[in-house]
Amino acid sequence: MSSVLTEAVAGTGAASGVVVNDFSLQVATANGSGSQTANSVLMRSIFQMGVPVSGKNLFPSNIQGLPTWFTIRASRDGYIGRKREIDVLVCMNPETAEEDVREVRAGAFVVYEKKLGLENPGKKRDDVTYYAVPFSELVVKITSAPEHAKLRKLIVNMIYVGVVADLMGIDPAEAEKAIGKQLKGKKKAVDLNVSAVKLGLDYAAANFPDKISFRVERMDATAGKIIVEGNAAAALGCVFAGATVCAWYPITPSSSLCEAFIDFCDDLRVDPATGKKNVAVIQAEDEIASIGMVLGAGWAGARAFTSTSGPGISLMSEYVGLGYYAEIPAVIFDVQRVGPSTGLPTRTMQGDILLCYFNSHGDTKHPVLFPASPEECFTMAQEAFDLAERLQTPVFVLTDLDLGMNNWMSDAFPYPTAPFARGKVLDAAGIEKVKESWGRYRDVDGDAIPYRTLPGTNSPAGAFFTRGSGHNERAQYSEKASDYVRNVDRLAKKHDTARAMVPKPVLEDRPGAAAGILAYGTSHYGTAEARDRLAGTFGVPLDYCRLRALPVGPEAAAWVRRHERIYVVEQNRDAQLVTILRDEFPDLATRFVPVRQYNGLPLDATTVVEGVLSDREKAGKKGSR
Amino acid sequence: MSAQPPTPVPAAPKTNRIGLPKADYEGGKSTLCLGCGHDVITKQIVTAFYEMGVPPHRVAKFSGIGCSSKTPAYFLNRAWGFNGVHGRMPSVATGALAANAELTGIGVSGDGDTASIGIGQFVHLVRRNLPLVYIVEDNGVYGLTKGQFSATADLGATRKSGAVNEFVPIDLCSLAIELGGSFVARSFSGDMKQLQTILQAAIAHKGTSVIDVISPCVTFNDHEGSTKSYKYAKEHETPVHDLGFVPFFEDTLAEIPAGDTKDVTFPDGSVLRFRGLGRDFDPTDREKALRTIHESHARQEILTGILYVNPAKPSFAETLGATDKSLVDLPLEALRPSREALDRVMESMR
Repeated sequence: MSSVLTEAVAGTGAASGVVVNDFSLQVATANGSGSQTANSVLMRSIFQMGVPVSGKNLFPSNIQGLPTWFTIRASRDGYIGRKREIDVLVCMNPETAEEDVREVRAGAFVVYEKKLGLENPGKKRDDVTYYAVPFSELVVKITSAPEHAKLRKLIVNMIYVGVVADLMGIDPAEAEKAIGKQLKGKKKAVDLNVSAVKLGLDYAAANFPDKISFRVERMDATAGKIIVEGNAAAALGCVFAGATVCAWYPITPSSSLCEAFIDFCDDLRVDPATGKKNVAVIQAEDEIASIGMVLGAGWAGARAFTSTSGPGISLMSEYVGLGYYAEIPAVIFDVQRVGPSTGLPTRTMQGDILLCYFNSHGDTKHPVLFPASPEECFTMAQEAFDLAERLQTPVFVLTDLDLGMNNWMSDAFPYPTAPFARGKVLDAAGIEKVKESWGRYRDVDGDAIPYRTLPGTNSPAGAFFTRGSGHNERAQYSEKASDYVRNVDRLAKKHDTARAMVPKPVLEDRPGAAAGILAYGTSHYGTAEARDRLAGTFGVPLDYCRLRALPVGPEAAAWVRRHERIYVVEQNRDAQLVTILRDEFPDLATRFVPVRQYNGLPLDATTVVEGVLSDREKAGKKGSR
Repeated sequence: MSAQPPTPVPAAPKTNRIGLPKADYEGGKSTLCLGCGHDVITKQIVTAFYEMGVPPHRVAKFSGIGCSSKTPAYFLNRAWGFNGVHGRMPSVATGALAANAELTGIGVSGDGDTASIGIGQFVHLVRRNLPLVYIVEDNGVYGLTKGQFSATADLGATRKSGAVNEFVPIDLCSLAIELGGSFVARSFSGDMKQLQTILQAAIAHKGTSVIDVISPCVTFNDHEGSTKSYKYAKEHETPVHDLGFVPFFEDTLAEIPAGDTKDVTFPDGSVLRFRGLGRDFDPTDREKALRTIHESHARQEILTGILYVNPAKPSFAETLGATDKSLVDLPLEALRPSREALDRVMESMR
């Protein structure tokens, strides 16, 4: 068996041969230097050439000055997860340049600001190829006019776009088109940026006869596709789901979800007759207020949501318990970041699985959805509102910084055609029919989901009192043991009802599979790629279950039962989903083998390959499998 | 066969302007201590909604945690109620009334629920000017946990045990005025007439009405040394003016004849009339109101009345630019954009 490391290098091609449309390019700059536009242009240019691509921004918790990296991965095979190995590096940040070079793989290519002197004795690596570019001198050529002096810091980035375009075969016309889109056609700005790209192109053409052996060539794998961040996709899903109340408190990495919702609503939710908005967006004083507002609105009958990250969920916990116990619909997006506490607020993690699933004190458990792509952010946002209203309970949608804030290639979103599922709501006529027999918390249908009424319904018999304290089936205050037990047992049964209602897993078998592998959310990308490598290079085919929600439904349960060894891939230290699975399947607890990455970086395939192989080696030594 | 005397026709029960008897505004039986000031306030709430002719099913009742927060179960049984978590009722009311602006909201809180754990949400409620009658049943102690001082307890006031409060109290009225509150009042549960007038005006007001009602706790704070006892409040209550209120559907202002008076008109046409009691006071002048409250502290007065009012301040929905109709009732067509709209958004992402 070859080692993972050898395989990883072999898999990306030797430095001497040309590798087409399969590389990872990293740009290292300082935060706030305006490199984002240049990086987007670079990524879009490759996308426009029909090559599957993804862009990941690794940024600090800082507005200006600290180092930031943008990694573009192009993959003819459509792998868009993070790749651990860097093939091409653009070094613009003096603070990190030497370390950045140290970390690229052998055989990599490094474009750098000449002043940094990265090829000086003692610094130069023998196993990488360097391209020294005098960026700071070049930029002066096109920004000599006094009014341009201030733009130098920004424009210099567009020069590396030109250099990279020449060295890697990116069509300059695509860069120009991408600039037009990025700068929304503002002519002066477009012209200046295009001239910067040209400067880079010309410099590289004149000075570097030997090009980078990772090349971009046209293919046709991106036609019709869009580039979007998960947060924007989720926000759009909320618009199409008919959400009318959004309450939120700013927190990285979730703020852009509600901000995108505001922007979409300004466009799509204004009543043409009155000019007034058919939506209320409230920036709350904290996350406790956000969830209070969402519960108030959900109780009143609106589709309401909030978006936050781990620290916000901690603050919301008391009200989430009330929402569960008093049975109020709510949708809560948790764009996860690295905890505990402030942790690494600009890095990604799947760290809130247990926090959300069991959120609040007392016996509580909630439906949790795991979108893995922008398209699922869009569709699951809609499913979340349906579920929240059908089940009359808070529903969590767990994404993460990687999905929420990074650029993802996606198919265009499908237009929803189904009506909103508003659940069991009695109107005045409905109340009239059931009259005195109605009880807010009575299970009449055997699914543990009661009927509710909405404030303002014109009926003398419709009102009830909502409280977080003990209550009986008629919503009256009660401290009776039997009332309490009946109620919480019904809630447990309702949780079981949810099993068949939440999004089903995506199952994918492979002939001759030796075991199963299970992942959720953004762990999908590294897992899918690792599966291919494990089958292709190592002869270890694995069946796959991409879990899309909790509680575990019958399909996932059947899948678990037919695999004797199951690798569970997650981005947290404590294997949080494994904890839940072991609780769900106590007789199968030893089947689950955690494969974890928790360094704040998006999951890469190599980590998964290593995790699976090391378990198999251990098992092989023991001779048990 | 002798003629039967005619059966006496029972007198039709008295009803309000929308034809409902007062019984339709009653609530469940109170479980508070006998003589609790809160129960008096509850009765006044029932009367105010009845007199104002608000349809009970269009009322939403909110509260937090504490003795005060139990009371929404004791009035308006035909209204929907929401008993939230401690100190965080304003957010629930904000969400509910943002969702359905056609509801009339009333929140009942206490001094612990508002001035300590809930001070943050109180502050932002007032800033937003959410249309909500917000009553603080203020007794200076935590009743449900057996008599600890609250943040409105006066400096030097004593507990039953004799322990002295060493911390400066929070004056919720001056705080509310400072925050741009549009209706700020203080009353005393022993002054039913004034409280009734304030409540009716608050129901007419389309913004947050902060009503701090001194409401003695008969069990934990009605002793000598307390500054929130019945005796102390009776001795120190100082109405800053006489009040008269004429709702839009009535047309007499007989109680307080015009003269040395000031009228404030609400957008619906209701009129609030003030007659000064020999003070240089104007309830539409923020600075004067603040100064008068501060001076009253020095004089150990419990200054009552509508201390500040500004019916013209834009309400929360107006500030948000949101529709004044209920968002709950909007049909799918008003909420889900068209296929073409989605295509347009998709195109912008290509």
